Amino acid sequence: MINKVKNLIKLLSILAFISLAATNANSAETAKLLKTDWSFKGLFGKFDRGALQRGYQVYTEVCASCHSMKYVSYRNLGEKGGPEFSEAEVKAIAASFEVTDGPNADGEMFTRPGKPSDKFVLPYENVKAAQAANGGAYPPDMSVLVKARGGGVDYIYSLLQGYEEAPSGITLDEGVHYNKYMYGNKIRMAAPLSDDLVEYGDGTKASVEQMSKDVTTFLMWAAEPHLESRHQMGFKAIVYLIILTILVYFSMKKIWSRVESEV
Amino acid sequence: MSSTSLRILNRPIVNILNDHLIDYPTPININYMWNFGSLAGIFLGVQILTGIFLAMHYTPHVDLAFLSVEHIMRDVNNGWLIRYLHANGASMFFLVVYVHVGRGIYYGSYQKPREFVWMVGVVVLILMMATAFMGYVLPWGQMSFWGATVITNLFSAIPLVGEGIVTWLWGGYSVDNPTLTRFFTLHYLIPFLILGLVVLHIWALHVPGNNNPVGIDIKKPSKDTVPFHPYIVIKDGFALLMFMIVFAFFVFYSPNILGHADNYIEANPMVTPAHIVPEWYLLPFYAILRSVPDKLLGVVAMLSAILILAVLPWLDTSKIRSAVFRPLYKQFYWILVADVLILGYMGAMPAEGLYLLIARVATAYYFLHFLVILPVLGFKEKTLPVPLSITEPVLGGAPNLATAKNKESIDK
Repeated sequence: MINKVKNLIKLLSILAFISLAATNANSAETAKLLKTDWSFKGLFGKFDRGALQRGYQVYTEVCASCHSMKYVSYRNLGEKGGPEFSEAEVKAIAASFEVTDGPNADGEMFTRPGKPSDKFVLPYENVKAAQAANGGAYPPDMSVLVKARGGGVDYIYSLLQGYEEAPSGITLDEGVHYNKYMYGNKIRMAAPLSDDLVEYGDGTKASVEQMSKDVTTFLMWAAEPHLESRHQMGFKAIVYLIILTILVYFSMKKIWSRVESEV
Repeated sequence: MSSTSLRILNRPIVNILNDHLIDYPTPININYMWNFGSLAGIFLGVQILTGIFLAMHYTPHVDLAFLSVEHIMRDVNNGWLIRYLHANGASMFFLVVYVHVGRGIYYGSYQKPREFVWMVGVVVLILMMATAFMGYVLPWGQMSFWGATVITNLFSAIPLVGEGIVTWLWGGYSVDNPTLTRFFTLHYLIPFLILGLVVLHIWALHVPGNNNPVGIDIKKPSKDTVPFHPYIVIKDGFALLMFMIVFAFFVFYSPNILGHADNYIEANPMVTPAHIVPEWYLLPFYAILRSVPDKLLGVVAMLSAILILAVLPWLDTSKIRSAVFRPLYKQFYWILVADVLILGYMGAMPAEGLYLLIARVATAYYFLHFLVILPVLGFKEKTLPVPLSITEPVLGGAPNLATAKNKESIDK
C-alpha cells in the first residue's frame, strides 16, 4: 500500500510539474494582476446575472464602438446561462442595430433592423478600416478575448484599471498610453473607462472598478457561453465517477480475495 | 459464467475474444503501473470517437477553421464538451502513454522476448506525436500556424533537397490552405493506423504474455497467473475510473489550462507570437532540438532521442529485466525521469542563458544514459537474487507474497 501511495505521489508531482511548466510558459506578466472574487470560478461557479447585464451595457456603450464580437449573436443574450434578457428585450436590443442584408431581388444590398439570429454588428467594415481609425492598431475581436490572453479574466480586469502616468524615463509616442499590466506597458487604447461613464439601470454605482468587473464577466461569458452547464455537468460527472469508483473498488477487493494476492 | 456462454466463446472468431480478454493468463503480481496500457487504448478510443464527431462540424479552410471551432463551441449541441474531451484527451493520452513507456523502461518490459512489442510501441508513439502535432494545427490559431511553420521548416535542414521537401509538405510557399487540408486528412487517417498497430502491439504481447514487476518468465497458466476476466478487467476498470476523475477535472473545470492562450487568436501570418512553444508533451524533444546550435544536427538529435527507444532492447545488456533487482539501474532510472522533466521545463522557457545551458547538459545526459550508462551497467552491476517464480520464495520455505508484490523489503 505504501508503495502504491508513493507511486501515486510521484505521478501527481509529475502532473503538477507539467502544469506548472505550462502555466509559467503562458504568463509573462509585467505586474502582479489585480484579483477579485469571480462568481463563475469554482465547482459551482455561475455568472452573476446582474453583472452580465451591466457588462453587456458597458460593452455595447463603450467597447463596441471599436471592438467587434463577431462570434456572438443577439439571441445568445437571452439564452440560459447568459445575461438572460427576456425575449422581448433581446428583440428590442437586436432591432436597435442596423444590419446590412441582401442582395435583394434587384441585386441591391439593403439595411434592416437587426434580428435575434444576427451576429453582433461589426464596428468596422474590415480590419484595414479598423486599423485606419485607430492609429494602425487593430482593436482585437472580443468574442474569445479572455481565453486569448495569459492571465485571462484577471488580466483584462487589471488592464482596464492599469492606466497611469508613465514613469519618468519612458517616452510614449503620440497616441500611445502607459498601462502597468500591458505586455511592454505600451498600449494604443486610451483609458476606456471613467467613473459614471455609463448609467446603470439597476442603480449600481458605475465606478471604474465596478464597470471593469462587470464587463470582464460579460467577456468571460462571451468566450465561454456554456460555462454554467459545463460546471453543472462536471459536478454530476465527478460525483457519479467517485461513487462508481468506490463500488468498483470493493468489487475488485472481493474478486481478488479469491486468490492469495492483494490488490 | 454459465456453461452455455462458455460454449459460444469457444466458437471460431468469438474465441479470439475469449483468448485475449477472458481466459488470457495474466501474471498475478502486476501492479497499477500495468493499468496504463489499457488506459492508453481507451484514450485512443476516446480520441477517435470525439474526433469523428468534431470532424462532422469542422471546416478545414484557412478562412473558416477558426470560425468552425467557435461554431462547435457555441452552437453545436454539447460541442464544447466534445471539443474539450478531444483537446484534453490528447494530453491525457500522452500522459498515460508516457507512464506506460516509463513502466516498460523500469521493469525491462522491452527485453527479449518482447522486443517486437516494444518496437511497435515506439512506432505508435511516433505516429501519436505526428497526429497530435497536426491536430494542434487544425483550430488555426496563432500557435497552430506558427507551430506548423517552425516544425515543417525543420525539414529544410536536410542538405540539398530540404527546401524542396518543405515546399512539397506545405503544398505551396508557406503554411497555407493546402497545408491545413492535408493536415486534416492525415490527422483523420493516422489514428486508424495507430489502431491497427495497437492490435499488433497486443497480439505480439499476448504471445510471450505480460512482463511483471519481478521480471521473470512465468509458466502460464499456473498459480502465478490469473485469468484476464474478471481479475484484470475489474482492476483496469477501477484504474480507468480513477483516471476519469482526473480527466473530468480538466475537461469541466480547467479545459484550457494545458493549452496556450495564443491559440485563441486566429492565425495571422503577419504577426509572430512572442514565444512559439509546442504542447507540453512535446516539450522535452523541443528542448533537445533547440539545445543543439546547428539546425540539421538539432533535428537529428531530436529524432534520435525518440528513435533511440526503438533500439533499447539491444542497448540494455542486463540479463535481469526488472529494476527491482537492479539497485544501481533503479537510481539511474529516476535520474533519467528527472532529466526528461527538466528537459520539458527548459522546452517551455526561452532558449537563452542559463536555460539553454541546462537544456544542453540535460540533452547530453539523456544520450549518455542510453548509449553509455545502460550498456555498461548490464555488465558491471551487482544484481540482487531473483526468485524462481512469482509465488515461490528465493530460498525455499513458504510463498513470499512480499517478494511477489514488489515490496520495500526487497528493495533494500
